[in-house]
Amino acid sequence: MKPVFKVTEGMLPVSTSYCPGCTHGVAHRIIMETLDEMGLLGKTLGVAPIGCSVVAHQFMNVDMCEAAHGRAPAVASGIRRVHPDKVVFTYQGDGDLASIGMGEIVHAAARGEKFSTFFINNGIYGMTGGQMAPTTLIGQRSTTSVDGRTREQAGMPLKICELLATLDGPAYIERVALDSPAHIRAAKKAVHKAFEVQLAGKGFSFVELLSTCPTNWGLTPADAMKRMREEVAAYYPLGVYREAEV
Amino acid sequence: MSEKVLMKGNEAFAEAVIRGGVRFYFGYPITPQSEIPEFMSRELPKRGGAFLQAESELGAINMAYGCGAAGGNGFISSSSPGIALMQEGMSFLCGAEVPVTLLNVSRGGPGIGSIQPGQADYNQVTRGGGNGDYRIPVFAPASIQEAVDILYEAPAIADRYRNPVMVLADGLMGQMMEPVTLPEAKHAFTSEEISTAKPWALSGSEKGTRSVVKSLRLQPEVLEQHVEHLFEKYAVMEKELERVECEGLEDAEVVFVAFGTMARLAKEAMELLEAQGIKAGMIRPISLWPYPYKAFDAISDKTKAVISVELSMGQMLQDINLGVKGRVPVKLIHRVGGMLPTSLEVVEKTKKILEEVR
Amino acid sequence: MATTKLFFAGSGGQGVLTMGQMLTYAAMYADMNATWLPSYGPEMRGGTANCTVVISPEKPVSCPLIYEADDVVVMNLPSLIKFESLVKPGGNLFVNSSMIEQKATRDDINVYYVPANDIAMQLGNARTANTVMLGALMSVSPVVPEAMVHKIMEKTFSGRKAHLLDINKTALHAWETRK
Repeated sequence: MKPVFKVTEGMLPVSTSYCPGCTHGVAHRIIMETLDEMGLLGKTLGVAPIGCSVVAHQFMNVDMCEAAHGRAPAVASGIRRVHPDKVVFTYQGDGDLASIGMGEIVHAAARGEKFSTFFINNGIYGMTGGQMAPTTLIGQRSTTSVDGRTREQAGMPLKICELLATLDGPAYIERVALDSPAHIRAAKKAVHKAFEVQLAGKGFSFVELLSTCPTNWGLTPADAMKRMREEVAAYYPLGVYREAEV
Repeated sequence: MSEKVLMKGNEAFAEAVIRGGVRFYFGYPITPQSEIPEFMSRELPKRGGAFLQAESELGAINMAYGCGAAGGNGFISSSSPGIALMQEGMSFLCGAEVPVTLLNVSRGGPGIGSIQPGQADYNQVTRGGGNGDYRIPVFAPASIQEAVDILYEAPAIADRYRNPVMVLADGLMGQMMEPVTLPEAKHAFTSEEISTAKPWALSGSEKGTRSVVKSLRLQPEVLEQHVEHLFEKYAVMEKELERVECEGLEDAEVVFVAFGTMARLAKEAMELLEAQGIKAGMIRPISLWPYPYKAFDAISDKTKAVISVELSMGQMLQDINLGVKGRVPVKLIHRVGGMLPTSLEVVEKTKKILEEVR
Repeated sequence: MATTKLFFAGSGGQGVLTMGQMLTYAAMYADMNATWLPSYGPEMRGGTANCTVVISPEKPVSCPLIYEADDVVVMNLPSLIKFESLVKPGGNLFVNSSMIEQKATRDDINVYYVPANDIAMQLGNARTANTVMLGALMSVSPVVPEAMVHKIMEKTFSGRKAHLLDINKTALHAWETRK
């Protein structure tokens, strides 16, 4: 009998510890499925960040290490020097990458480091309990902006794809969203492209995945998806910011 | 035995770690050690390795962590304020049990301080500025030859214990030239050999097992067990890595305790005092952690004073007192800020101290 | 043989660091112990270059830092003013009299006035002034075998610089010959 669906070996056979409705699980799975389909699981080295996904190595079935908060791109740069022939990626949230780790990501991108970064943007610090992130939208409530973020008090949210696209180093930059089956399929294509770009030795590849945090947004999973589609994607337009030929 | 060569300290240090098996360097420019990244940028690509100038010391220590986690022999050099910035990384490396060789060519502090020689990093390197229970062995050579020998051995020590290892020099040693014999180059692991040589390291699960390198242990009982494991390891390191050189303790009226360049100054002060009929001895800690406390047991009843000769406000006094255990008065001769005492100055101050304690 | 402490000072470009290095190499080739330490610490202020060389024929050099020197070479006036006091009583001071009109003030030391730049010009290469001075120092204070100085010269002045070897060897004896 021909199987119609097979669970990817890229995910370990355990339940994730993420909240109901959180899209980390979706992001994990499309990255691991892609590696599985490309036959790369055995030669992939991943770097987990600090944030909710610090435990990514408990779910992703590849060799992995943790990184101190924000330093994953530096760690991956070190790994890449030792293993020029392996597949290397970092998986980072928005506090990790866009706040404390801004120096590391910008310089890794500028150097055109040959690894891929998957950037989970849910606009909030999830693990620490819902504080304002550099990506929190104007008006969005958080535990450190209880009446909503204001431009006067906290400045404007950072658009990382647009920022990195000003650099000459990156080979491929795309922003996708995990709000619907169609968008998730498109996201998986972007992940595939990121690894292709890396395998082709083109340089740094970067995929931003707009994600939800129903727990800290104070929304049901369904409403969180709706907010991502309608409000978040309006500020963070989906699309390719740097195209690479592979 | 290869021929003696005359080398500037910083370049000799760099050559020694390469011969000791290091193939990866990560660093950020800082005086007085910038010849080291310069040397590495020229040499490592020629020897099958890689040089990477980091965006900051934070970047450098974390690149070295990635390198070590992936099974590579990495090396970092910096100077006091740069080492301060790396403390988070050092705690992380210890927690995750990742080897790396570090060299601190120290200068004056606090803050940006000065670029002149200093030893006020003593507490920073022996007590550690990072969070949590951890230890890093620290070696303080007093000559370029000794520095070369220790740096040559350091990558293997780091690998043996899966822990960072630090060598503490100062700007004066970095700039000085002294004849040295360079040891034969050791074999450095290729990326293909890592999966068998270091199966715990990240090299891809196709090797048959999945490697995870981490410092996070959210369950208290698991973290407690891990810290206990680390300290069992540190206990072995304390036994195996303690190094000290003692001289003339039997009949010494005064005993100097000094490390690095200051040990050489104290050595000359000993000779000058001897010419004046005062017998002086010396305890020269080569390992600052583990500290050679037991060496102080050899101080004789004839000794009237133990004097620390330091380029700090006496950061080593605490350890000396733990070694002396109150048997003899412990005094300090020091300069700071990049000022250096002369051996004559040490002699004069020693004579004053002896008058006070007699 | 006892330890010899030497100190070389001048302005940048006068070859004072090289003079010290040549001696240190020669000492190493002669199986002696030696240290070479460039201007470091507060001495770096004021735009002068200097280096300290300590040579110990038998035992290892105790201390690369000095508080007095057996031999001091000064190549310019600021160095004379600053470092005359460094010469130990009975020690030697070598003054580059081509650049320094002033005389030394101490009478408890031996002072040698060496017109190093003038001699170098006469030899046909102004840049050999430091070798002339090194030769003067060695004729008074033979701390290392001359053959070993030749050995480092042969290594230094090879390839594209080979044409400089003979003139430098001659420069080593130029002051003594002229005396």
